[in-house]
Amino acid sequence: MLTGLYGLSGLVLPVGLALAWEVAVALKWADGRLLPTPSAIFATLAALARSGDLATHVLTTLQRVALGFGFGVIAGTFLGALSGYSTPVRRLIDPTLQALRNIPSIAWVPMFILWFGIFETSKVILIAVGVFFPIYLTLSGAILGVDRKLVEVGRIFRFSHRQMITRILLPAALPSYILALRSGLGLGWMFVVAAEFMGAEAGLGFLLVDGQQTGRPSVILASIVAFAILGKLTDGLLALATSRLLRWQDSFKPAE
Amino acid sequence: MIEISNVSKRYPNGRLALSGLNLTVEKGEILAIVGGSGCGKSTLLRLLAGLDRATSGDVSLNGSAIAAPRAEIGLVFQEPRLMPWLKIEDNIAFGILHLPADERRTRVGEALERVGLAEHAQHWPRELSGGQAQRAALARALVARPEALLLDEPFSALDALTRSDLQQHLLDLWAYDQPTMILVTHDIEEALFLADRVVVMQPNPGRVRAEFRPPLARPRDRLDGAFHDWKHKLLAELGHANRPLAGEEHFPAAAI
Repeated sequence: MLTGLYGLSGLVLPVGLALAWEVAVALKWADGRLLPTPSAIFATLAALARSGDLATHVLTTLQRVALGFGFGVIAGTFLGALSGYSTPVRRLIDPTLQALRNIPSIAWVPMFILWFGIFETSKVILIAVGVFFPIYLTLSGAILGVDRKLVEVGRIFRFSHRQMITRILLPAALPSYILALRSGLGLGWMFVVAAEFMGAEAGLGFLLVDGQQTGRPSVILASIVAFAILGKLTDGLLALATSRLLRWQDSFKPAE
Repeated sequence: MIEISNVSKRYPNGRLALSGLNLTVEKGEILAIVGGSGCGKSTLLRLLAGLDRATSGDVSLNGSAIAAPRAEIGLVFQEPRLMPWLKIEDNIAFGILHLPADERRTRVGEALERVGLAEHAQHWPRELSGGQAQRAALARALVARPEALLLDEPFSALDALTRSDLQQHLLDLWAYDQPTMILVTHDIEEALFLADRVVVMQPNPGRVRAEFRPPLARPRDRLDGAFHDWKHKLLAELGHANRPLAGEEHFPAAAI
């Protein structure tokens, strides 16, 4: 019972603030034109949902994030594992990747548009680039940090390179890797907005720009709320899907 | 038969860990190597395991040189070194991944039974006590049915009661396949309880100081008078081994 209440304590602040704003506008203490009330935002979302526009925008954005995240994860995992395991490979690719990492990914936008056009390809690639770096860096670092003592057990049992990677190094690096996946997904959501700002006919990012150009703050906020819900939802799903993989951890659990 | 002939090991930092070591271990023999820290006993074990290479001299098993870890040689480390992400039964199967699944299952079940961990098959390593974890490590080494089993201070991290318990347990396990056992320890009593032959090493550089074949009947009794006498004899030998060489004859015992 008590733990249930504790779980709800995170809701106090946002719900309280929303209610206060709602009341302030209803009592005409404030003007809700530039900052619409929660009920107005909800009404906008409901209208968008009824017309079917919301589903279109959400699905378009979700698809971009999913593709970009997928490609970024594949490339980051492959190169990160290789670079963590093999010193020659690391010497070859790591300096270049470390240099590229320092370029803000958004700076690639003009180049990507020239190379890949204004449509889906450039958007997905931008998201993939954003997702790639945390995954690559974390995984290669985590593999380099695996306990030598565990690796020696693999040597005693004459593990092949492949066995060493799949049976010892990757499982040992898994906790860091899963955190990297989650931060990569967060970056994916960040970059999809940038990608949709650079010209899109649909998507939640398009909805943001549209709301601004047509002077409808409730549309902007409705789109922001949708981003927040989707971001939280996908992160939660990822955490849930991976939690089973980390049951073995003997980790610090803060007391309530 | 394990042969060590004229083996020296110099580490990259210039330290000579072993110098001109000669030792032969018969098949099925239980050999204990005792000595203070820095006498090269762990270095010797790593050479026998194939984890390191000798700077000069030969280490061989049944006439063929040990250049890398071999299937016929098992190693139990000072720490259990279980993979924290694998259940106990999967940890024990770690060394026999090349066998077919049903054979693997049979052997693991048998090994779990022998080390008394049958009801812990489905547990995580974090759920075991220190003694249980080290028994799992023993099972992991023995399940591959090695011809020779190397043990690097395997019980030194355990409390006295668990330690003597596991020493008896090790003898019981030895009785099944009677592998050659080479045990490195700094515990004289452990060496006397387990070994057919005790080799005392001395440091700077590491070499054999003396060998003993205590004529104690089995099962050995730590409270027996002869056991006690031998313990004192070996302790004295070990004391000499760790005293500065040059001063050995010149200082009266009372002065030290």
